[in-house]
Amino acid sequence: MDYADRLENVAVLGAAGKMGSGIVLLTAIEMADLGLDSANRSRGFALHAVDISEKALSALMKYLREQVRRAGEKKTVWLRTIYADRADLVENEEIIGQYIEDVLAIVRPAIRIEAAYDAKVIFEAVNENPDLKVRLLGGIKSHGRPDAWFLTNTSSIPISELNERVALGGRIIGFHFYNPPAVQKLVELIRADSTLPALADFAAQFAKRLRKTVVPSRDVAGFIGNGHFMRDALYAVSEVERLAGEFGFAESVYMVNKVSQDFLIRPMGVFQLVDYVGLDVCRSILRVMNERLAGGHLQSSLIDGLVEMGITGGQFADGSQKDGILKYEKGRPAGVFNPGKKVYVPLADIAPRGDERLGAPPSAAKPWKTVIQAPDRTAYLDGYFRELAAMKTLGADLARSYGLKSKEIGLGLVKDRVAERKEDVNTVLLTGFFHAYGPVNRYFDGEDTP
Amino acid sequence: MKKIRRKVFMTAGYHTIALGTGRKEFNPKKPRPGLEDYIREAGQGTLKQIGGGTNVDEGVISNFMAARFNKQGNLAALIPSIDESLRWKPSTRVEGACGSGGLGLVTAIKSVLAGTAEVVLTIGVEVQNTVKAIYGADILAGAGWYRGERKTGHAYFFPSLFSDRAGAYFEKYGRDKTRRAFARWYRNAIENARLCETAQEFHNACEDLEALGLTEPNPRTFVDHLNVYDCSKVSDAAAAIAVVSEEGLKRCGIAGKDAVEVLGWGQVEADLTVPPADLTELETSRRAVEKAFDSSGVRREELGTVECHDCFTISGLLSVEAIGFAGKGEGPDYILEGKASRTGEVPFNTSGGLIGWGHPTGGTGVRQAVTVWQQLTGKAGRWQVEIPSKRPYALSVNMGGDDKTVVAVVYRRAS
Repeated sequence: MDYADRLENVAVLGAAGKMGSGIVLLTAIEMADLGLDSANRSRGFALHAVDISEKALSALMKYLREQVRRAGEKKTVWLRTIYADRADLVENEEIIGQYIEDVLAIVRPAIRIEAAYDAKVIFEAVNENPDLKVRLLGGIKSHGRPDAWFLTNTSSIPISELNERVALGGRIIGFHFYNPPAVQKLVELIRADSTLPALADFAAQFAKRLRKTVVPSRDVAGFIGNGHFMRDALYAVSEVERLAGEFGFAESVYMVNKVSQDFLIRPMGVFQLVDYVGLDVCRSILRVMNERLAGGHLQSSLIDGLVEMGITGGQFADGSQKDGILKYEKGRPAGVFNPGKKVYVPLADIAPRGDERLGAPPSAAKPWKTVIQAPDRTAYLDGYFRELAAMKTLGADLARSYGLKSKEIGLGLVKDRVAERKEDVNTVLLTGFFHAYGPVNRYFDGEDTP
Repeated sequence: MKKIRRKVFMTAGYHTIALGTGRKEFNPKKPRPGLEDYIREAGQGTLKQIGGGTNVDEGVISNFMAARFNKQGNLAALIPSIDESLRWKPSTRVEGACGSGGLGLVTAIKSVLAGTAEVVLTIGVEVQNTVKAIYGADILAGAGWYRGERKTGHAYFFPSLFSDRAGAYFEKYGRDKTRRAFARWYRNAIENARLCETAQEFHNACEDLEALGLTEPNPRTFVDHLNVYDCSKVSDAAAAIAVVSEEGLKRCGIAGKDAVEVLGWGQVEADLTVPPADLTELETSRRAVEKAFDSSGVRREELGTVECHDCFTISGLLSVEAIGFAGKGEGPDYILEGKASRTGEVPFNTSGGLIGWGHPTGGTGVRQAVTVWQQLTGKAGRWQVEIPSKRPYALSVNMGGDDKTVVAVVYRRAS
């Protein structure tokens, strides 16, 4: 079975979710593009988009229609050559319209798992719950094709564990997209020891066709991405706990969040990122990691407590941000949760004092967005962090400690051989988290790491 | 061509800003002024300078594709919306793709020459940001031959036609120098636009414009031989000018020094269904310019400034050759020697041209006349260039489609 054979019949589980919808989009486009190739005109392609919610599947179809239009608009040059023999399609608008029809004609929304039984490739993108994943994959294994391949989007569960629990005999690989899959360039590829070489080749080819940046990660819970992010976030929580005695909880959250964003030039503050990913998702990932990794203490009573109170973060169906550790207005942080009083303290009440305590960021500070677009980014960052190193303010102190911790976490992933090389850790943070620089750097200790 | 039998002037020019990407106030997600708003602003801008609409005998409005960009036809009936006094007066809409503005000028001139009007309010307008560029390309492709060319044409139809011209030019005269000339043309355009606060590129702050202009073309996402900096942008704008007789000037209370006189023009049409014989030449433009020189008696060496139709850098370069400032294949040298810059031999496109100021397709020809009027009457503000006494004349060349509909006009300051 070659690449196109494999993609003739695909199922995506959790298709209407945040990750699943992006995976459906990219996969349907890839399948449609194969189908439009004259060599494949005799083939039929079907993508079964399986989810438990009818409503969410309707929303998925709407999302696909909009997103395929955008994709079509970006490759109209190519589409005109593809539809060259269609005399009825003359204008770009007609051609893009036909492309939308052709991609959507491949997608079959379904609420029953049986829809996945004929699939040759199954993408799993359901909740980060090992038992749920095992149950669903087990069902397909029992009733589906014996040669079906499984690509799981898990961001933390070891692939070998899923392989063994479902007895897949190596028919599974980790294919971890970043959120949102249609935008983020990064894919973490995780091979279990038993993963079939042909499946690994297929996954590599698929990632390449999707123009993704592939980073291989060893099959260790959390992989590289969450291996760094979870520890980074837990460090931030521990800093808040350390500072809270002196400054109070809400103000400490504000300060650590600000340091991680403005002083460290990241796209968003660490607590905003935790809210974006979802406190509940973070808790699930931490559980998976904590149960499987020795001596990690990968747990946060703060996160657990908030989730139990029903504060989960994540997004509403329309994509807007739900409240989490921070409160959001028009997508921007507007308050910080006070767990004692169970209310959000408006930022306006704490920011001025917090800013005064932190002191001003380095004079060379520029917003993250400006920095990532700057052609001379490396030179800029050298100068910026030199200035930061010489400053004697609370903000600079917190930033340096944070930067050092982030580097320590990165090097730990290399030492534990989760990542083969420090460059892989940096690539994951640069492309999956949009950082302006990798965590393994010499900005905070002046030391190059070989 | 016969000599003009009656003096014709232009005065009281006005244009709106050119709105589109690059302008700080442009936000594609927010509501913007519509076609009517642009027409009204430009029209009233001219009426204010000529004593109001009661002094106007007739209106002409140039526009290319409002029927598709704005789903609006019957534009002649929008002229009375500028001022109540224009109601019940004659009004005409003209269309010749991106050469519509030039046709509008000529239509007004002919009315004054015929003696059927002493004052003609002439407007050019296009509001194109109503659709994304990829769909705008469909609409603008209407300037080509739809049945004969569109299906086999490129997604970005017009950029591709001029990319083919650039490719032919590269092959014949060399790529490297030509591309450097494109980049210099781009730099000149942006530097001029930075002096003119209504220009679309007024806010452009790029430090190394020539490096940007030299960006390698990407055929996968765009066209083979041009990059996006080689192209004029998508613009919303309108321009207006009064085309008047001597009597009209008096009626409006305009002194001669505040007007330009039309000394001659050339209006030439090529066959839409026949491809250009030589891709490295703008033959129709050359013929129109020759006619304009012939009818005005003005020589090229006497021009103090030129407004040419640089919808693309290659069309700017080919215009230099079509007007005769450089021989065939010598346009790149002329540009690289700085002769077309604002401090050069003949300043071209002093407010930025189509690439720098903006290209509201059906309105561009009128906008060019406004820029010429501003330069020759000393009203060009920060973008004013010196008009030497030995070179008192100006030329505007407005082109529709791939060198199909061309109007060239020769002017001098009236006295």
